[in-house]
Amino acid sequence: MPEIQRGAVAGKSVHNPGLGREGPAAWLMAAPALLGLLIFMAAPFILAVGVSFTNLRLGSPLPLEITGVEQYRRILGDAGFQRALLNNALFAVVAVPLQTGLALSLALLLNRSLRGVGLLRAVFFMPVVFPMSLVAVVWMLIYAPGPDGMMNGLLDFISLGAWQPRDFLHDPVWAMPAIILLSVWQGVGFQMVILLAGLQGIPEELYQAAAIDGAGRWHRFRHVTLPQLRNPLIFVTLVTVILAFRLFDQVQIMTQGGPNNATTTVMLEAVRAVFDRQQVARASAMTVVFFVIVLVITWLQRRLARQEREIE
Amino acid sequence: MRPVGGSGLLHWAKYTAWYLFTASCAAVFAAPVVFMVVGSLKPDDRVLAEAGGWRAFVPGHASLQNYHDVFARVDFGLFFLNSAVIVGAIVAGGLVVNSLAGYAFARMRWRGRDALFAAVLALLIIPFEAIAVPLFYEVSLFGWRNTYVVQIAPFVANAFSIYLFYTFFLGMPRELEEAARMDGAGFFHTFFRIIVPNARPVFATVTILSFLMFWGSYLWPLLVTSGPAVRPLPVAVAEFKTLPPLKWGDILAFGVMMVAPALLIFVFFQRWFIRGVVSSGIKG
Repeated sequence: MPEIQRGAVAGKSVHNPGLGREGPAAWLMAAPALLGLLIFMAAPFILAVGVSFTNLRLGSPLPLEITGVEQYRRILGDAGFQRALLNNALFAVVAVPLQTGLALSLALLLNRSLRGVGLLRAVFFMPVVFPMSLVAVVWMLIYAPGPDGMMNGLLDFISLGAWQPRDFLHDPVWAMPAIILLSVWQGVGFQMVILLAGLQGIPEELYQAAAIDGAGRWHRFRHVTLPQLRNPLIFVTLVTVILAFRLFDQVQIMTQGGPNNATTTVMLEAVRAVFDRQQVARASAMTVVFFVIVLVITWLQRRLARQEREIE
Repeated sequence: MRPVGGSGLLHWAKYTAWYLFTASCAAVFAAPVVFMVVGSLKPDDRVLAEAGGWRAFVPGHASLQNYHDVFARVDFGLFFLNSAVIVGAIVAGGLVVNSLAGYAFARMRWRGRDALFAAVLALLIIPFEAIAVPLFYEVSLFGWRNTYVVQIAPFVANAFSIYLFYTFFLGMPRELEEAARMDGAGFFHTFFRIIVPNARPVFATVTILSFLMFWGSYLWPLLVTSGPAVRPLPVAVAEFKTLPPLKWGDILAFGVMMVAPALLIFVFFQRWFIRGVVSSGIKG
């Protein structure tokens, strides 16, 4: 019944001879994608929530039981999982300002139309094309222990020989910073490109107006560039925070969460639970906790972005 | 931007300083990549021995021996083929399925459309990691482990691609398709003959974004593959690293061969990469 009315509102299509078939045709067009999303996204997601309230374990002799919040109580009381949450948060706290700041600096630096600037941008973007697993493998060599390692050699050179070579990836203090550094290296180009586009979208008149008001360089940055870049910056920050909580490839390859859980992460704990110990329910509870964190971060971002629209 | 008026010398000095500074930053940034390429050409024992100083960036005794050794030690061609098949199928299948859905949402009127579109948008916030474990359980029940299909099917339909197609189709002028439909062309015919040829930019964007998203996939193939038969490159390189004897020259050669095609694609389609990345930021 609403078909005809809507068609009338849309105008001409009422006269279309094919109108009668529009509904079925549209369903047919959307069906493959919707089916895929249902089977491989919605269903597993609902499954995760459901399973997390049970004791499901592959190949377990115990009967399946509904155990309520028992899995959540256990993982939240588990020292390894607590450490994982802390590590993810730590990664976010360090990587977000570092990566966003670096991306912004690079975007500002490269926001000119000079000869060769395209090539320079390409160099900073290049690591984005590298799979993280390859980056991890190559950087294991860069972090090689002893004076032969590249990072040790570099720090020795910078410190004029005062640096004591160390085994970064087996050092409880240095393992996490080492992983953060290579992650920033791999990902910063992506954000630089988004911020560059944001910079190029700022109307030139705003800068001219500010210049007429006698605004200096810092003033223009503070009162024109930053407010205009607000939404891209919020987006870039959000992506980096979520990336911090998704952390897996690098740690799985480089440290396996060690030494002594210093680099373990929520995803690493979840994969270990399901893969090494077949604890599907426990791992599901972990991914649900992960999802709730992502949800809260996304909600915060939406709120921040909306606030700005209201101010305008 | 040409230096305008004023003191030419000052401008010249400023630009030189800018170039010097930016180029040094770029050099530091490119160092790991240069190190990888140079190391892949060196005799194996020199790679680590020379990593601590400037010689890390200078090939001495360059040869292709390491590349030769990679092929002797593992079936690199198979891993490459696996990656190409998997990523190719995800991208190609995704273009068809998601563009059709995006079109149905943007341009057609049908019952349930708005509710379903809201559901698709809601799915945007679920990162893959949040469903990896139950999905692993699900495909194990299907008996799909160690196949191509388990690495392709879950990723063809993509909420973000649907969203990108949707916004693009929404902005297209209606006249084209209306003329075709007046002539009695069916919906599918209109879509494939009229809409698709006029929507090349969004197809390029989605191609590049899904390529970037999936060609480095590690977590999922690690979970669902247990042998080299269907294993893609990102898992294969990590495994090659742990394969004794540890030969850094070979590992770097593996890395160069693995990333070179992607870098070439990037160099040729740079403009599209930038565009794709920028449009990924729209949803913020």
